[in-house]
Amino acid sequence: MAVPKIWRKIPEYYNLIGRQCPECKELYFPVRDVCKKCGCLEMTDYKFEGKGQIVTFTITRTPISDPEGENTEIPARDVPYAVAVIKLEEGPMLTAEIVDCNFEDIEIGKNVEVVFRKIMEHGAKGVIQYGYKFRLC
Amino acid sequence: MRKVAVIGLGQTRFGQLWERGLTSLSVEAGVKAVRDAGISQKDVEVLYGGTMSGGLFANQEHLASKIPDYSGFKNIPSVRVEAACASGGLALRQAYLDIASGEHDIAVAGGVEKMTDLGNYSVTKVLATAADTDSEGIFGATFPGLYAMMAKLHMHKYGTTEEQMAAVAVKNHKNAMTNKYAQFRKEITVRDVMESTLISDPIKLLDASPITDGGAAVVLASEEKARELSDTPVWIAGSGHATDSISLHDREDILTLKATVEAAKKAYEQAKLTPEDIQVAEVHDCFTIAELLALEDLGFVEKGSSGRFTEEGQTMVGGKIPVNTSGGLKAKGHPVGATGIAQAIEAVKQLRGEAGNSTGAEIALTHNVGGSGGTAVVHIFRR
Repeated sequence: MAVPKIWRKIPEYYNLIGRQCPECKELYFPVRDVCKKCGCLEMTDYKFEGKGQIVTFTITRTPISDPEGENTEIPARDVPYAVAVIKLEEGPMLTAEIVDCNFEDIEIGKNVEVVFRKIMEHGAKGVIQYGYKFRLC
Repeated sequence: MRKVAVIGLGQTRFGQLWERGLTSLSVEAGVKAVRDAGISQKDVEVLYGGTMSGGLFANQEHLASKIPDYSGFKNIPSVRVEAACASGGLALRQAYLDIASGEHDIAVAGGVEKMTDLGNYSVTKVLATAADTDSEGIFGATFPGLYAMMAKLHMHKYGTTEEQMAAVAVKNHKNAMTNKYAQFRKEITVRDVMESTLISDPIKLLDASPITDGGAAVVLASEEKARELSDTPVWIAGSGHATDSISLHDREDILTLKATVEAAKKAYEQAKLTPEDIQVAEVHDCFTIAELLALEDLGFVEKGSSGRFTEEGQTMVGGKIPVNTSGGLKAKGHPVGATGIAQAIEAVKQLRGEAGNSTGAEIALTHNVGGSGGTAVVHIFRR
């Protein structure tokens, strides 16, 4: 994968920097360049605290990584892993893995906080991509 | 807008078709549809073809040139339509709009997908591109995972059970027994579903539609041509299309596919019908929970009551509204780009009285979804 594709996502993936509309003050994460509410294009950066609640989740049990290692664009993920839709305290929702816990402890409505983790490796010689995951708190 | 009818149907067998490629599947479906309409290739004026990803699945783009050439449709305008798993339904709608507008009189609307030339891991990855790769796919959301999160919340909020979801798969497998084109013609039980491999809690292997190769096509005609060429034209009474956020987390309500609600509203209004008027429906059951959500979003049942409705047998043939009489995506198979057209074929067969599970219906609805609900296309057909 081309490095710029990973590099340009660093603020969003590393530091939860999303957007705020200067006109109507609506907050956005993941990043959007245009306000969905009022159409404003001059959005400003907004750093989210990284605290939120689990809206829904699943434990994925089947591998989506390629055991042959032929397809380097597929996230290298061990199964099982937990994925959730999380509602941030500031309002927006995002999708992320839930880590550092027993799966039995994950429930709808539980509080979570952001952690910094490896997201995927782009092949044996490629870039290692980092970003946000969440843990129970 | 002019009236538009479906006058020809053609499809390939659905399944793991190792001996067949993308082009061959497309050609068979299209030419069969042309013959069923009683016309020849030279009568076809325009082609709309739906495919999710000829590029990623079969390493072939520019299908809008290749397919008409190999089908014998010489030099006609041809458009490739893409809206993930709703590509077929959307191709049908584009062809409908073309004929309705008066631009052409005879169109072929087709759909195709060749999925089994890739390994399972790669197929999952290609399908995941129908979700937001930047904010869902990269963080581990697969398609089963996204629908599993909807299922989990539906269970949490409305008390829907895994057995109620399993009942969708059991019904659709039973329905596929009479469909000679179906991938799976084998009855299953609720217990089979419950004991199948867990993919993404609570979705199990038998809650999921399979990876399928297949092609499907229909011939559409203007009213004048339809009356001239066909004794059994089936009219498109309503056509609706809407979009929503590509990502599940950006929806107003995770349990409502607003694209479905909006597309259905347009189709009902155009057809001057209500959900109560629909006598048979083909809905997008890529996972069993998706059929339950469709029953609610199309207005057949109240929000939250689809599980009970299904468990009571109300969506079986002979029930209040038979759903997925073809076997649905679950058992007929889900070659993603072909699915929307295959749904239309079943609807037309129902109205012609040619369906395997004949219901005697005079009004049918089809519902095709792209991704986790980013696109929805709804059509209503009348005899």
